[in-house]
Amino acid sequence: MPRVGLMVTCLNDALFPDTGKAVVTLLRRLGVDVEFPAAQTCCGQPMVNTGYLADAVPLVRNHLEAFDGCDAIIVPSGSCAGSVRHQHGLVAERSGDPGLVRGVENAPPAYELTEYLVDVLGVTDVGAYFPHRVTYHPTCHSLRMLGVGDRPARLLRAVRGLTLLDLPGAAECCGFGGTFAVKNAETSIAMGNDKAHHVRTTGAEVLVAGDNSCLTHIGGLLSRQRSGVRVMHLAEILASTERVVERRDERSADPISIGSATPQNQEAHR
Amino acid sequence: MSGTFLGTPAFPDAAREALEDSQLRRNLAHATGTIRTKRAGVVGEVDEWEQLRLAGEAIKNRVLRHLPDYLEQLERSLTAAGATVHWARDATEANAIVVDIARRHATDEVVKVKSMATQEIELNDALEAAGIHAWETDLAELIVQLGDDLPSHILVPAIHRNRAEIREIFLREMGNAGRAAPDDLTDEPRQLAAAARAHLREKFLRAKVAVSGANFAVAETGTLTVVESEGNGRMCLTLPEVLVSVVGIEKVLPTFQDLDVMLQLLPRSSTGERMNPYTSTWTGVTPGDGPQEVHVVLLDNGRTDVLADPTGRQALRCIRCSACLNVCPVYERTGGHAYGSVYPGPIGAILTPQLRGVGSDPQTDSLPYASSLCGACFEVCPVRIDIPEVLVHLRGEVVEAHQEAARLPSVQDMAMKAASWTLSSAGRTGAAEKAAGLGGKLAAKLGRSAPGGRAVLGALPGPASAWSDSRDIPIPAEESFRSWWKRTDGGRSRTEETAGDRSRTDDTAGDRSRTDDTVGDSSRTDDTSGGRDEA
Ligand code: SF4
Repeated sequence: MPRVGLMVTCLNDALFPDTGKAVVTLLRRLGVDVEFPAAQTCCGQPMVNTGYLADAVPLVRNHLEAFDGCDAIIVPSGSCAGSVRHQHGLVAERSGDPGLVRGVENAPPAYELTEYLVDVLGVTDVGAYFPHRVTYHPTCHSLRMLGVGDRPARLLRAVRGLTLLDLPGAAECCGFGGTFAVKNAETSIAMGNDKAHHVRTTGAEVLVAGDNSCLTHIGGLLSRQRSGVRVMHLAEILASTERVVERRDERSADPISIGSATPQNQEAHR
Repeated sequence: MSGTFLGTPAFPDAAREALEDSQLRRNLAHATGTIRTKRAGVVGEVDEWEQLRLAGEAIKNRVLRHLPDYLEQLERSLTAAGATVHWARDATEANAIVVDIARRHATDEVVKVKSMATQEIELNDALEAAGIHAWETDLAELIVQLGDDLPSHILVPAIHRNRAEIREIFLREMGNAGRAAPDDLTDEPRQLAAAARAHLREKFLRAKVAVSGANFAVAETGTLTVVESEGNGRMCLTLPEVLVSVVGIEKVLPTFQDLDVMLQLLPRSSTGERMNPYTSTWTGVTPGDGPQEVHVVLLDNGRTDVLADPTGRQALRCIRCSACLNVCPVYERTGGHAYGSVYPGPIGAILTPQLRGVGSDPQTDSLPYASSLCGACFEVCPVRIDIPEVLVHLRGEVVEAHQEAARLPSVQDMAMKAASWTLSSAGRTGAAEKAAGLGGKLAAKLGRSAPGGRAVLGALPGPASAWSDSRDIPIPAEESFRSWWKRTDGGRSRTEETAGDRSRTDDTAGDRSRTDDTVGDSSRTDDTSGGRDEA
């Protein structure tokens, strides 16, 4: 049995634990007994993208130690998967430590969630049910750095009850860009407003993406605009089933549990 | 006569001003949108486009690897073909060479072919200071020059202007620079072009000296190439007696055959055409035909410094097609002036800091940060310059330069150090998350709900305002994923209780302690540093 490690990402860990739980639910449903190596923290992307490559070195080291022994790493974030695949080498190279360079070269492969589902497990119908109108934003790092292509759309189209609406200008950046969002806040917001505008023209109830960082930005604008559109991570939609949806309706008044789509939770509440 | 980029504020400030200009926003969105669609169309019809890009990248990499050899070969070929070769280390030397040539021919004017290299060295100002008028003959450059404006795009320097503004500039300024525009000029493109044609024609016929750049310079044959759309360049390259071309040293190509690849890549990437209307090539002097005195100024001006940087040097592959500008979501909204350089957009953000050097002025240092790293530029670049990679690399250089120069670490330095320390250990990260979760619990009382029920905070004062002015902030989860996993054995525990009940949590997680022990091993270092307070 291959050992598969979930890299939940620091953002999801602290802000969006429901996304992590959804990945666990989804993978177990598909027969993958995913582990959570508890020594994991953050991939170092915030440091790297701000120019603090030296400060990212301990984080790259920690990543290698945490996932040592895994055969594959699953990441519910295009940009963090991209960071592990494309930036860790850069950090190691600049650190001048040949051991670290070797470590990065021999690290287990990091898959963005949809890559793992479609390429490794070979599934597009994950048995999900989500009776809503949604539109999908292909985040830049998923689309261009990793090249996930139409995998997310194929997964979404196979979800029962779901209507997938085309997002105009979908491939264009939402303007998040990590520290760009605060260092160049006005430009970031100008980009985000155009994205939010496109989302609203689709008439979707839910904006879905594979990266909670971008969704925090677009969702922050949509919610400030009182648009009535909610944002959800792709994993949470793929984890949804008929039973979970019922439960969400029952508990819609509880803000913290929204999106926590684990059947285990459901059992516990009976 | 021409404006200057000197004194442009740092990018975020310059961008803020540009973003408030609704006319500019509209002009740019329209122009970049149109050209983007055209490019996508003509690129899409070439099956082997990716192979062409790889070939373009390979040719340029070969040039950079053997630059001294190819440059010397170019000099030999040019000299043999009757041209005079000059070497210029920097802008001052290059300008002095051109001024000197113009003076020897006792002229007070030169006609110019559109050229980025001469913009970069601010040749027009140097000529003006020597009492020599430099007339831009590219339509868009003419608009910029007459309007006493600055270029905002590599290919279409007046992209920030619409035709109504152009009509005004022509009516107001053409008369001061030569033949005036007709009084009944409308803003119809045909009429505007006709006015420019009449204005420029007398200059072409009169000028003794022309100044150009070159898109490519073939080492093997000594052939220079200029690619253009209007034919005004062709006029400059053929009518005057003397031709001076200022060419960046990275423009050299090994063989004539390499033009095959480049001339397929450039027009499609640049104007979105299968082929551009005018491609001029000339090899030194052709007796009895065209300029009888041909000069080539080979310009370094910081390029060898760029070449010395293994990551940054790929910027020298650039063929100035401007595709990266047209697809850049930042450029589309701020325009070119915000970059404070003749090279705007993504290529400007990586080339300008390298040519000028980082760590000396805040404007230059702000450029590598003027990007969301979305990667659209890399995707379209015909010579596959990984612009996001160079941006990140240059951010590193900026940070290092500042750390070396400053005796005290900046607030950002300290924040990054603290984050690095916290996030390099699971124990410390967990502790920070618990604190955040507690804060979140309090904050949730102040906030409201976003659609779907998520608790969010609205506008906040202080440093958080950069985010929260326009975007709500999600409140940290009360229980992190990490704590949830531990408490519920990754959701396997059947007796899950509410998130608040911590004491039972750790008990139920007991049978999973084996995993946690192994984790404990790797974080033993954390214990000594006193950060691990979990469980
Ligand atoms: S960097 Fe690439 S896309 Fe941008 S102008 Fe240069 S060649 Fe064109």
